[in-house]
Amino acid sequence: MSSLQFDIAHLLAGSLVLASFMMLYQDRLYALLNVYALHAGVLALSVAWQAYVQQAPHLYVTALIALVFKAVIIPVALHRIIKRLGIHREIENVIGVGLTMMAGIGLVALSMVVMLRVTPGADALAREDLAFALSVVLLGLLIMVTRRNAVSQVVGFMSLENGLVLAATGAKGMPLVVEISVAFSVLIAFIVIGIFLFRIRERFDSVDVQALDRFRGERR
Amino acid sequence: MNIDALGAILLIPAISAALLAILPGYMLTAKLNVVAALATFLTSLSLFVIEPHSGQYLLLDDLNKVFIVLTTFIGFTTSVFSASYIHHEIETGRLTPAFLRFYHAMYQMLMLAMNLALIANNIGLMWVAVEVATLTTVLMVGIYRTHEALEAAWKYFILGSVGIALALFGTILVYMAARPVVGEGMDGMVWTVLVRHAAQFDPALLNVAFVFLLLGYGTKVGLAPLHAWLPDAHAEGPTPISAVLSGLLLNVALYALLRFKMMLAVNSAAITPGPLMVTMGLISVIFAALMLYRRRDIKRMFAYSSIEHMGIIVFAFGMGGPLANFAGLLHMTMHSLTKSAIFFAVGHIAQVKGTQKIAEIGGLTATNPALGWGLMLGVIAIVGLPPLGIFMSEFLVVSSTFARAPWLTVILVLGIIIALGGLFLRIGPVMFGDPKGKTAPAEASYVPMFTHLALVLMAGIYLPPVLVSGFQNVAKLLG
Repeated sequence: MSSLQFDIAHLLAGSLVLASFMMLYQDRLYALLNVYALHAGVLALSVAWQAYVQQAPHLYVTALIALVFKAVIIPVALHRIIKRLGIHREIENVIGVGLTMMAGIGLVALSMVVMLRVTPGADALAREDLAFALSVVLLGLLIMVTRRNAVSQVVGFMSLENGLVLAATGAKGMPLVVEISVAFSVLIAFIVIGIFLFRIRERFDSVDVQALDRFRGERR
Repeated sequence: MNIDALGAILLIPAISAALLAILPGYMLTAKLNVVAALATFLTSLSLFVIEPHSGQYLLLDDLNKVFIVLTTFIGFTTSVFSASYIHHEIETGRLTPAFLRFYHAMYQMLMLAMNLALIANNIGLMWVAVEVATLTTVLMVGIYRTHEALEAAWKYFILGSVGIALALFGTILVYMAARPVVGEGMDGMVWTVLVRHAAQFDPALLNVAFVFLLLGYGTKVGLAPLHAWLPDAHAEGPTPISAVLSGLLLNVALYALLRFKMMLAVNSAAITPGPLMVTMGLISVIFAALMLYRRRDIKRMFAYSSIEHMGIIVFAFGMGGPLANFAGLLHMTMHSLTKSAIFFAVGHIAQVKGTQKIAEIGGLTATNPALGWGLMLGVIAIVGLPPLGIFMSEFLVVSSTFARAPWLTVILVLGIIIALGGLFLRIGPVMFGDPKGKTAPAEASYVPMFTHLALVLMAGIYLPPVLVSGFQNVAKLLG
């Protein structure tokens, strides 16, 4: 592999981590969705580049799914849901932005240390990819735990899913299962948007998960 | 293509799920659900007679035979219980016929997903199956659409998805470890191929992979501190689903963990998964036992008891060795049977009394003797008193590990005793206190509950030699 190919792959995977960081400090739902669309777009580019480098045409399908479904359809649909529900106000973070960013930096450092140390045998591209993918996964988890709002938790989960796709495409020659797992992420998105938000709206007039906490099973 | 028994235990639930989704009339579909579950169970029994060939996608060995038979059996008995349970739910208007159609289709989907997870020979396929099982149960937990049910389903969905995502990352890492040895493509995910070559895998990568898999599938097993979804999901969903969750789905996730444990055991340079599993198991036992004391909801209480028992089972498998594995396997079987019997009883009790709150249920042995004594027998079994099966399996777990790790065993026994105290303290007034709440006679189906309890009692007194030798084979396989 030429060093240019490697550099571009590296750049794209790094941009994905950067996009995850941008999601961490968004305090409005619309902005969060826009950054998520960017996240998915970068993922699509990265996967397409992997498809080109590995000469694995089936990965172009994964890239296309990421571009069309994750970068366009889902954000647009969520936009409309947010508008319909009238919840475009601020997102309530559990902890402050500064602390969240520090935690994010720590998680990225952790994943670099762990992944680079355990994969000396693998080729350089796969190593870097895996380390970046783990960073994206961990940052996705961080988004999920620092948000109270159901929509932003789902966005956090979808960014986590993007990290998994990055890891799966980085693992050269991983069989068809990639496509199956992509199909499943689509299914998850459908279920979340279709059923949960609808029902939560129907019952609570709010999608703030904190409102749900009042109804904990034991405090009746 | 001719379909063997392995294909059939996938096809029967798949076809019946499609049928149940379109057929009207809940009386008919409830019966069809039972018939389909029975057919799956009988097919799974045939695996002992004619052994189908394992292929690249499907696998059959001594280990998953035990799991398949247990899963399909409890799937069948639960469908019988479910038929009488939902009859009551329709009458009280908690569920509508449209929801029931959905419920039955999902029930068969769940059976399909669990069977697929158990016989998949491909770690990717196994992951997909566990994910489908999670999604179907999420939908069923939220089916009542009350505040509590929605919160429980949401929590379960979020935590379950995170767990499943971590498990996928672990799966990808396993593939990465396998690729240099077995080459690119499908072979890198076929479990039998992986086990054959695992000795040459990069141990460091395998270690990291196992940590992710343990956290991922461990969430689904309900190990503390990853258990937060479990009590809510058990308490708020329909009771047949609580029974299936406790009795089966936790086992399926555990099965996935065991498969990966077997793979790591082949590689001598990789960490031994034992200590990790023992630690998480013990934490779960102690934590869940203490949590039992402050429960006010009867289904939540038994959900915590499930965490405790999964802890004991994971502890036993973590200790490893033929005897501890045997004990773990026996305990798993006994726990599945007993816990689902308890949920059958609790489901009818909650319907008769119209509440799940422990404080509002009282004097059951006087008002509804069959249900009351059935539940009492189940509780006696679950806390591990002789002569029932769980006493036997807990005794085996303790005695097989005492020589090797006396202090750990002391902690385990302490946890079991604390749990015993907690359960009896809470269940005493429910059984023998002043009668409280409505006292209508129950329209219950007692057969599934007492069948399970009879099996547990029998296992406590006399284990058939066939079963013993079968379990011994599996225990040896587990290493």
